[in-house]
Amino acid sequence: MKKTYKIYVDCANCANKMETAAKNTAGVADAVVNFMTQKMTVDFEEGADDAAVMKAVLKNCKKVERDCEIEL
Amino acid sequence: MRKKQKIVLIRIIAAIVMMAVLHFLPVTGWKKLALFMIPYLTAGYDILFEALMGIKNLQPFDENFLMAAATVGAIALGEYVEGAAVMILYQIGELFQSIAVGRSRKSIADLMDLRPDYANLLLEDGQTSQVDPDQVPVGSVIVVLPGEKVPIDGVIIEGDSSLDTVALTGESVPVTVRVDDTIASGSVNLSGVLKVRTTCAFGESTAAKILDLVENASSKKSHSENFISKFARYYTPVVCISALVLAVLPPLARLASGISPNWGDWIYRALTFLVISCPCAFVISIPLTFFAGLGGASKNGILVKGSNYMERLSKANVVAFDKTGTVTYGVFKVIGVHHSYMNENLLLEVAAHAEAYSTHPISKSIAEAYGQPVDKTRVSEVHEIAGKGVTAMVDDSEVLIGSEKLLEDHGVRSIPCTHVGTIVHVAVDGLYAGHILISDIVKEGAKDAVSSLKEAGVSHTVLLTGDRDVVAKAVAEELGIDEYRASLLPQDKVTVIEDLLSKQKKGQVLAFVGDGINDAPVISRADIGFAMGGLGSNAAIEAADVVLMDDDPAKIAKALRISKKVMRIVWQNIIFAIGVKLVCLILGALGIANMWLAIFADVGVMVLAVLNAIRALHVKNI
Repeated sequence: MKKTYKIYVDCANCANKMETAAKNTAGVADAVVNFMTQKMTVDFEEGADDAAVMKAVLKNCKKVERDCEIEL
Repeated sequence: MRKKQKIVLIRIIAAIVMMAVLHFLPVTGWKKLALFMIPYLTAGYDILFEALMGIKNLQPFDENFLMAAATVGAIALGEYVEGAAVMILYQIGELFQSIAVGRSRKSIADLMDLRPDYANLLLEDGQTSQVDPDQVPVGSVIVVLPGEKVPIDGVIIEGDSSLDTVALTGESVPVTVRVDDTIASGSVNLSGVLKVRTTCAFGESTAAKILDLVENASSKKSHSENFISKFARYYTPVVCISALVLAVLPPLARLASGISPNWGDWIYRALTFLVISCPCAFVISIPLTFFAGLGGASKNGILVKGSNYMERLSKANVVAFDKTGTVTYGVFKVIGVHHSYMNENLLLEVAAHAEAYSTHPISKSIAEAYGQPVDKTRVSEVHEIAGKGVTAMVDDSEVLIGSEKLLEDHGVRSIPCTHVGTIVHVAVDGLYAGHILISDIVKEGAKDAVSSLKEAGVSHTVLLTGDRDVVAKAVAEELGIDEYRASLLPQDKVTVIEDLLSKQKKGQVLAFVGDGINDAPVISRADIGFAMGGLGSNAAIEAADVVLMDDDPAKIAKALRISKKVMRIVWQNIIFAIGVKLVCLILGALGIANMWLAIFADVGVMVLAVLNAIRALHVKNI
């Protein structure tokens, strides 16, 4: 299952780091962060609870880039 | 400028003013340190704070940490001016980057300004109510006033007007529409009031599909983007470790060989490294270039579905075309009247009347060539003979119209035609009256399109068609296409593409251009599939990698040129940014470059790379 979320991040390298952080979150099969359109597309693993996974994604992203936001 | 950016700007200006004042104050020692801390902290307190947070979160290698380490180090070495100045310059660079990127993001978003804000839904009592386009049921009637965007695809049931489709096709000439015409959402109504019966929900309409496509385009990342983000991941740590080595090893070596270790000098060189270690210039400029290129192409009615396709397209060396609808109009047209004893228009008038009751595409094309309304009362005793033609009485003359065979059956000898196309013979009152040559005509600009593809680096062109050999040969020769394959069934086209693909060398790219409706399997089999006439055809938008919104063949070469320009800028930025940084690293290690040069290399390269990236947006005249 794929879902797209609106994000706020203001540097490109931070967006890259968010992408890596999101990819390494349990329940995420793949993630793509698009800095230009400020969007994160997350492909969830089969049977994952997307709401719970996204909370973890946000937490992991905040670790690498304190100044980011994901609209859940 | 956003509020956050304004605050940063004020802080930068304040810090610069303070630096200027401090320059003329005759203070030394710890007083000087204390005074210089004021502009330093004014400019960089948030950087220092973020750096501390980074350490706390075990993410030490971020830009904030690097800048903090470099500037604190410089101050510790007594280089107060440099420490504060580097911080100020870094902030200027960041501010510029955020403004430039924000601007270009906005201007690209404006290009694709297709999203309608509301729809005027016509209610049963004849009143209209403004509703969200999402709320309009399929088959309901909406009213589009002059100046408004068409919110949902539909068919006009009342009114006529002209539409501005520039946001969809890049074509600035308005299109005239009247009752029964299908109109696409995203176009702007220019003159009359239109009542439109919607044919789909908003989510399925052209505007929504295009927006969706463009917004998701840059999530398909190209090799160059992936290369850069990988590179950035290693670059910063490698430079940081080198900095550490540079700070420790040479002094220890000197100590071991009995000379003065010169710690300060080597630590200073190491700090210079830290300033150059920020990967921002390439991390920002490469995706920005692709984004700008995709935006610029969309503005011209060329939708590329991802940066990866943009990259692949630039390497295209073979282009295969479908014939009908791609390089020809796909509609039959009268292109000549031969061997007639009567006036050309008179013959067409007779023919059009005799065929008045026929619905065959051929008779339609004759009626079109005649160009005036057909008066059916002048026609009587119409007999349609299947596969041969029609006999009829027109104004009391007996007219035979159809194949050679039909005329032969009635004892009339016809003159054969040497041209390529469908031939319709006409006889009036037992006398041969000439023949009409009907053919699918080649699109205006198709020839130029083929030759400009050649100029853009395509080495081989192929024409694929289900049509007869003679027709394929004639079209290929007329357009200057190198090779043709005729009499192909749709499944044969896939085989031909596979055959062509097998002759390709590694890294070469084969593009196929089709009309998107019949050619979906071929479009998806080719390395790059183009669909033409995407406006209003969802099948085309789904199947292809590149969608040309109108059916102008010149756009194929244009798409190729845009992709080449984008890739050129991408490589310029990669080589330029990495090159300058490497040179500065070497000069820094040798002690030739100081921290001033380092920060200029960092910020300057970033500014130039961003400005260069924005060039990709301007593709109007290429």
